[in-house]
Amino acid sequence: MSEHLPALQVVVPLLAAPVCFALRNAAFARAVCLAATWSSLAIAWTLLRQVLQSGPISYALGGWPAPLGIEYRVTVVGAFLLVVVSAVASIVLLYDRGSEQQRLPASRHYLYYATFLLCLAGLLGIPITGDLFNIFVFVEISSLATYALIALGRSRRALLAAYSYLIVGTIGATFFLIGIGMLYQMTGTLNIEDLRQRLPDVLDTRTVLIGFSFLVVGTAIKLAVFPLHQWLPNAYSYAPAKVSAFLAGTATKVSYYVMLRLIFSIFGVGFVFATHRFDLVLMPLSLAAMLVGAIAACYQDDLRRLLAYSSISQVGYMTLAICLANVQGLAGGIVHTMNHGFTKSALFLVIATFVQRTGSSSVGSVAGLGRVMPLQGIAFLVGGLSLIGVPGTAGFVSKWLLVLGALEKGQVWVAVAMLLSSLLAVVYVWRVVEKLYFGEPVASASSEDGESEAPGPSGSALWRATPTALLIGLVILLGIWTEPSAEVALAAASELLGVAR
Amino acid sequence: MNGLATLIGAEQALLAALILPVLGAACVALLGRAPQVRDAVLVAFALVTFLTTIQLVAPVAAGERPGVELFEFISGISIAFEVEPLGLVFALVASGLWGVTAVYAFGYMRAHHESNQTRFFGFFALAIAAALGIAFARNLVTFFLFYELLTLSTYPLVTHHQDDEARAGGRVYLGILFGTSVALLLLAVIWTFQVAGTTEFQGGGILPTELTSGVVLALLALYVFGIGKAAVMPFHRWLPAAMVAPAPVSALLHAVAVVKAGVFGVLKVIVYVFGLDTLTMLRGDAGLGGRVVLYMACFTVVAASVVALFQDNLKRRLAYSTVSQLSYIVVGALLAHPLAWLGAALHIVTHAVGKITLFFCAGAIQVGAHKKKVSELGGLGRQMPWTMGAFLVASLSIIGLPPLAGVWGKWYLVRGALAVDEPIVVVVLFASSLLNIAYLLPIGVQAFFGEPPAPSDGSDVAKAPQLCVVPLVLTAFLTLVVFVAAPQIGSFVEGAW
Repeated sequence: MSEHLPALQVVVPLLAAPVCFALRNAAFARAVCLAATWSSLAIAWTLLRQVLQSGPISYALGGWPAPLGIEYRVTVVGAFLLVVVSAVASIVLLYDRGSEQQRLPASRHYLYYATFLLCLAGLLGIPITGDLFNIFVFVEISSLATYALIALGRSRRALLAAYSYLIVGTIGATFFLIGIGMLYQMTGTLNIEDLRQRLPDVLDTRTVLIGFSFLVVGTAIKLAVFPLHQWLPNAYSYAPAKVSAFLAGTATKVSYYVMLRLIFSIFGVGFVFATHRFDLVLMPLSLAAMLVGAIAACYQDDLRRLLAYSSISQVGYMTLAICLANVQGLAGGIVHTMNHGFTKSALFLVIATFVQRTGSSSVGSVAGLGRVMPLQGIAFLVGGLSLIGVPGTAGFVSKWLLVLGALEKGQVWVAVAMLLSSLLAVVYVWRVVEKLYFGEPVASASSEDGESEAPGPSGSALWRATPTALLIGLVILLGIWTEPSAEVALAAASELLGVAR
Repeated sequence: MNGLATLIGAEQALLAALILPVLGAACVALLGRAPQVRDAVLVAFALVTFLTTIQLVAPVAAGERPGVELFEFISGISIAFEVEPLGLVFALVASGLWGVTAVYAFGYMRAHHESNQTRFFGFFALAIAAALGIAFARNLVTFFLFYELLTLSTYPLVTHHQDDEARAGGRVYLGILFGTSVALLLLAVIWTFQVAGTTEFQGGGILPTELTSGVVLALLALYVFGIGKAAVMPFHRWLPAAMVAPAPVSALLHAVAVVKAGVFGVLKVIVYVFGLDTLTMLRGDAGLGGRVVLYMACFTVVAASVVALFQDNLKRRLAYSTVSQLSYIVVGALLAHPLAWLGAALHIVTHAVGKITLFFCAGAIQVGAHKKKVSELGGLGRQMPWTMGAFLVASLSIIGLPPLAGVWGKWYLVRGALAVDEPIVVVVLFASSLLNIAYLLPIGVQAFFGEPPAPSDGSDVAKAPQLCVVPLVLTAFLTLVVFVAAPQIGSFVEGAW
């Protein structure tokens, strides 16, 4: 059984999706969905422990060995991402039932769970597969499901947001596919391990260079690297609350993994940074993302757009880690997928709860809510402090490693830019905190506003508080206990860079 | 006292001192509905915390360094505590004056009919816990953690009134303190870890000797300006901005816990991270450049005193006086001579008792006579003799007149400056003392010998609540006690280097 865990990691959510579809009942579908996500988390955790103990696990899907069949390959960095994605999915799914299906009639709520599971299957497939074309397939599975999920948002603008994401995302996927084609032409293989071995012979050809460009740009679109980030704010702010929380914690993180694989496993540091000085492109873009994203966040009047622009800024930290290309810095980027994923998901859930109460997601609408909803207020505060990177929260750990990596590389100014960006985070976080604790609460939303959400069923307050509390608890725990996060990330970074710890 | 010492070991006392204020905050939160019980419990917690901290004196004086390690943060860095003389002195000042301030705060908050008193006392206790965490931090990361917690826990105190003025003051407070710590101090800490491979405080310093003087100077500047709580110009604006807080907050936090956490941090970093040798070398290598930070602190001493001279709002005048006095300590730390360090350490104590008295008096005047401006205080001494008497005594102590505490700090600072041949510092210290006289002494003198600004119709007889007056007389008396005890404190602190 346990040797089939890599396959089960993808198969469980993938098969649970049609089961949900077949059940045609929201309550049953929800139960199936919860069971599938939590067992995914258990599998991911087991895989991570195995891989830390005994090195990478290779699994031939269907018993067909690598050149013919598809190889699943569990690496430390991949298993780490599996844990992040499945944990965010499991916890976010606990969030109250009444919030995600506004555009679906009650009789078809099961479709939401089926789509959610498909998306999860795709996101889990990417970090585990050892085959480049298979990555493309999983990217498409998750993307198509994501477009559908975003379109479920309560505002009509959600359709437009989903549509524009569909266009941009498809362009990205196409680029990715073109890149794969070029590599296949040059090497005759799609397996990442084989690519790694065969590419050095043809690295100086123009085809490989163009293939690299297509692959990286395609991934960068999905990762929302500045200036390819335009789709993200709309997608995050018009998607259903739970979907925003789920995507914010997973989608860009998995794309980040693809970027890591491309640069460090397939093409190699020598080709990317030494020969072609890709850092001269990525470094300025990362710094721009960090600063422009944070500045834009300061000027947003919509809470979810504020968080979305903050995400663009945080993606800048992660891509910066790639340019540092040393163990400390890269570990900072990898651990940030977890730290920022949990933090941002928690914040989106808090905002969802505020929206549920006030019917509006403008910054002004949360005035005084910190006193009316003390736990949610504290959750926002802690999450915000983690975005800033205050010690005692998860965000501090990432920042510590990133700054250390920058200093180790002798780039003091990069460290300074990173810290300046956290100063901007103080501004956009504190704008909301001030509103939460200083203003007077406005009267609850009038129900005649057609767009406002109906108050959730009684007892849903608990369902709302539990996942937020879990995520915030993790944010604090991972701020002081870094064995499952930073230590694993350091191991993952050493693995990617091929150095012994 | 000695009986208790046998009951609990030094490690337990250390842990208890850190946990007790947090428990106190929890009890305050639970007892919010019974204000009398809540206040009594709070004072009890303050007293027990102080007594527990005292338990640490004997072992530390005997050369022990009791420590506790909580958990490992990232490999090689732990959240850990260790008691050393310098930190213990700061901890004693903070925890000792906490109880006095608590009593004062009851009187003040009641008389002023302040709302949200439970929240106020709760965060107050948390701030003390954070200050003790800073005092006992074994390494820079622990120090930084509690430094930020202190900023966060005092923010609700500064913005207690929750009006627009409080919000504006809170923005400056948080903006400068977070800004300097996140942008400068954190960079300094990580940089130190990168070059030294450790963040542990160690006697003699941890910086490797092969560092160029440029890097050492950069680190020095990052630390001195990054510890924004030390209020070295140009990062001093948060202190006057924080004066929107109720008087007890100004008294304890902005004369003692917060600002002293800042200068204590500077002193601790200089003694245990840089060390005497590194700084002596820097003085030799870098020439004038090596003194830039020192002269910036000297400038702060004089400039803040001049600004204080022109403030009519009493609390603002005291705030600028604090900015000036804090830089005495920074100057003392930067002089890098055992005598100057002794002066800096003593000044932490002597200025604390003096300035807390002055802030207590300012609050009592506000409550009793409803006056905030210096120009309105003429003749007040006849109505509030105890308060204004204490004010006069504390003023003289700050100015540095024997037999009051303030003289010791200045004495050793001047001796330290002479020992390292920095005549400019000596001139600055004397100029500042003259300015102290100019902006502090007239207030007390006018109160007793001046005339009221407008003829009093006798309807508003100024009277402060007893709960306010007793603590401020006590702290004024403490300036005398500290004067006598200073040699003991000095020889205790000298165990640090």
